[in-house]
Amino acid sequence: MKYSGDLVVAHPSGLYCPPGNFFIDPWRPVDRAVITHGHGDHARRGHGAYLAHVQSARVLRTRLGADIDLQTLAYGETVMLNGVRVSLHPAGHVLGSAQVRIEYGGQVWVASGDYKLQHDGTCTPFEPVRCDVFITESTFALPIYRWPTQHELFADINAWWSRNAEAGQTSVLFAYAFGKAQRLLHGVDASIGPIICHGAVEPLNEAYRAEGITLPPTLRVTDAAVTKDTLKRALIVAPPSAAGSLWMRRFGDYRDGFASGWMQVRGSRRRRGVDRGFVVSDHADWPGLQAAITASGAERIIVTHGSVPVMVRWLNEHGWNGQSFSTEYGDEEGVDAAAAEADLADQKQDNTNASDAIVPQDALDDNASTSADGERQ
Amino acid sequence: MKTFAALYRALDSSTSNRAKLDAMQAYLRAAAPEDAAWAVYFLAGGKPRQLVPTRTLRELTREVADLPEWLFDECYHAVGDLAETISLLLPDTDAAVERSLAVWMSDELLPLRGQPPDIIRERLLRQWRELAPDERLPYLKLMTGSLRVGVSKLQVTQALAAVADVDAKEVAQRLMGYTQISARPSAADYAALISPLATGGLLRDARGGQPYPFFLAHPFNAPLAHFDALLGAPNDWQIEWKWDGIRAQLVRRDDGVWIWTRGEELATERFPELEAMGQSLPAGTVLDGEILVWIASGSANQVTANKDTANNEVAHNGATMLDATSALNAADRSLAGDAALAVLEGVQPFAALQKRISRKTLGPKILREQPVVMMAYDVLEADGIDVRNESQQRRRERLEALVAAHPHPALHLSPLVRGDDWIALARTREAARRMGTEGFMLKRRDATYGVGRTKAEGLWWKWKIDPLSVDAALIYAQRGHGRRATLYSDYTFAVWSGPPDDAGRTLVPFAKAYSGLTDDEMRQVDGIVRKTIRESFGPVRSVEPTMVFELGFEGIARSPRHKSGIAVRFPRILRWRTDKPVAEADTLDTLLTLLPEANT
Ligand SMILES: [Zn+2]
Ligand SMILES: [Zn+2]
Repeated sequence: MKYSGDLVVAHPSGLYCPPGNFFIDPWRPVDRAVITHGHGDHARRGHGAYLAHVQSARVLRTRLGADIDLQTLAYGETVMLNGVRVSLHPAGHVLGSAQVRIEYGGQVWVASGDYKLQHDGTCTPFEPVRCDVFITESTFALPIYRWPTQHELFADINAWWSRNAEAGQTSVLFAYAFGKAQRLLHGVDASIGPIICHGAVEPLNEAYRAEGITLPPTLRVTDAAVTKDTLKRALIVAPPSAAGSLWMRRFGDYRDGFASGWMQVRGSRRRRGVDRGFVVSDHADWPGLQAAITASGAERIIVTHGSVPVMVRWLNEHGWNGQSFSTEYGDEEGVDAAAAEADLADQKQDNTNASDAIVPQDALDDNASTSADGERQ
Repeated sequence: MKTFAALYRALDSSTSNRAKLDAMQAYLRAAAPEDAAWAVYFLAGGKPRQLVPTRTLRELTREVADLPEWLFDECYHAVGDLAETISLLLPDTDAAVERSLAVWMSDELLPLRGQPPDIIRERLLRQWRELAPDERLPYLKLMTGSLRVGVSKLQVTQALAAVADVDAKEVAQRLMGYTQISARPSAADYAALISPLATGGLLRDARGGQPYPFFLAHPFNAPLAHFDALLGAPNDWQIEWKWDGIRAQLVRRDDGVWIWTRGEELATERFPELEAMGQSLPAGTVLDGEILVWIASGSANQVTANKDTANNEVAHNGATMLDATSALNAADRSLAGDAALAVLEGVQPFAALQKRISRKTLGPKILREQPVVMMAYDVLEADGIDVRNESQQRRRERLEALVAAHPHPALHLSPLVRGDDWIALARTREAARRMGTEGFMLKRRDATYGVGRTKAEGLWWKWKIDPLSVDAALIYAQRGHGRRATLYSDYTFAVWSGPPDDAGRTLVPFAKAYSGLTDDEMRQVDGIVRKTIRESFGPVRSVEPTMVFELGFEGIARSPRHKSGIAVRFPRILRWRTDKPVAEADTLDTLLTLLPEANT
């Protein structure tokens, strides 16, 4: 049976598959949602039924409620939704992140969600999936974005941390709590000193450890083992919302760094006002986007959130049929979400025990009222 | 280059002053003197003449990175800095060759200037292959002449002072002129910067035509009611008009005359009238003052027109002008001459000076039509002796005596302004714009002449007049540069071509501004711009006019080159008029009434 319509269309509620009657990462409540990953702008509350990768289950249940109607799949496992064949494939973005493969009426479409090609050791590496139409993100779709290798990156971070530790100054590394933080923890040289995680980061560490990902031992700032002397050599991993909050005061004269793909540009580094910017992203860089698009074998490419016009024009100039969907996933600016997070942190004050115990807001809340960061959930 | 690149990175990535000073000192102590010589030149703000046209840099980058022009432009607008954009686009290389900073300058960069395009192309391509990735940015910054890494000249001076173990004031003195555009600093120049003090103080012999560091004023914006509490009585202050020209030092020593601008460029050749005037002064004299275009009273029309202006204004606005006049009379008395009245006659708007300095060669016509004078307001050296440690009052007496003893048409004495109290002075100050000045300078009578912007030795305040302002609509936006690279932060503003009842009226652009908003406001404006974009013209977005801003500017003049027919100077955003709909933005007519000639 041939089907000549589009398998995915832009619908006011999200990306929609008409023959399968389901949505992918919808931003308004729908009956059935296929979720690519647990970041707040892709996985939202209020859907009737959820379908996601098995490694996303813990994060989704923590965030959206233990009682959500959630069906999980392993990578490559197939499910039929109204006669449409649906399977999930590794996207290499964060734990449990998936590309959605949709096959129906002789066509194959793949929606990428967020992805990166670099293997970071904390999630299943990206696997290209052959398709007729590839729906790609474009967060860093400019040639200026080329990521350093994992080796260069951690050599840089370790050198920074060592230098601070020798000078007796605490190193504070700001990174988004879900994905980025664990990637950093996994890669740093834990022999340099103790590692302390913010209350918003620790529950995510647990989710990773539960899936067998090796992370070095981490402390909470309230642990008895954490003394003034420990802090002098310590690496603190905290969400950006912690910057400027009372929580930071205990570290005295600390050095700080920010881990984000936006740190590639000096202006963004300076605006952050941190000592160091480390170029770390869980999105594909410019060569990565091109490699993924080429590897998909698709001739028709639909571009979503990020530098959409750039990517579309470039594709059309290079022989692809490039189109775009406008979505409500995080846009290219890192600024607004960060500001909103900071407000949130201020309101929370310094209630460390409480923020440790409750749902990690910074990590998982979608801050639905503000535009979210492309780099962020 | 490796060590300089590391220094660049350290300075760029640090937000702490202490860390920056440490990094500079460590570099200077370890570097070869010929490298340190160049490092100081660049860090202190030196810029060699353009080595390669920026167009060539762009084209070659596009070629090696295989990018269409539009995509290069998108990158540039995301980054906001040409050197950085190129550094992020050059392909990786494994053929890096290490050269010292001095060798890069003398063997590679400086020789590029003036070469034919094919040679430049060939050399740049080779240089780019030979640069390690982390050297690209400083290399390109040197090449585009925009090496700013968040260190001030003062910090460079402090680092040098620590390395040399010499007083920072002495180092500041030695640094004068070091960053001239044509300078080729050598190991010997660097050695002179950090040499120990000769017994007996200053290294007099080495001075030649060297100027002194300029003493800079701080803005004074307090409400009038607080003046007495903050400043004391006006009598403690020497009050002068703040001239709107080019700040300069005239150095007269041995057989020579040197004229240095505030940017520490040697500009003697550009002002032959002043050079001739300098020759009439005794050797061992250094004056501080303002270069102004001045049409002497020989031009009868000018005088009449200006007298008319004055009369008209008296009639128009009696109170203000009478006060100004009485203040001038006071100044007049203090000078026992008519120099103060000459203020009304001779000074020409800054635009005239701009016209003059934009000329490559000075023909007789421009010298006749835009003659310059020095409005002298301080003396720093007299009879070969540094008098900067004398009081302002004593230096003023010396200056008055000097000008009286050596009269010259190109030498004017900056007149003093007197007033019984600050309120009277504030009224007098309102005449400032008509007088072609920017307000008042307040100089403590007992203060010495300091170095740079310090407040340690003395105090100069600039008490500027409020800027001219209009309410204008935002019609174009562009992404900013540097830290604002991801925000639409550069705007073009327009006023209406006609009154509200004119159905066919349009918005006429007249000014660009990118400063004056808080980060928060900028983010809000950015959000609105994004939602109201109509069209793209390269990096520029035209937007639905929905926002009105009060724009301030320092000056306004007719300009046939602009669509609106006028040009404004130093436009900036004073505030966002969220209370005003676009229909209530000002009109071109409002703007025209602000022209100086409209007030005659
Ligand atoms: Zn996303
Ligand atoms: Zn994501």
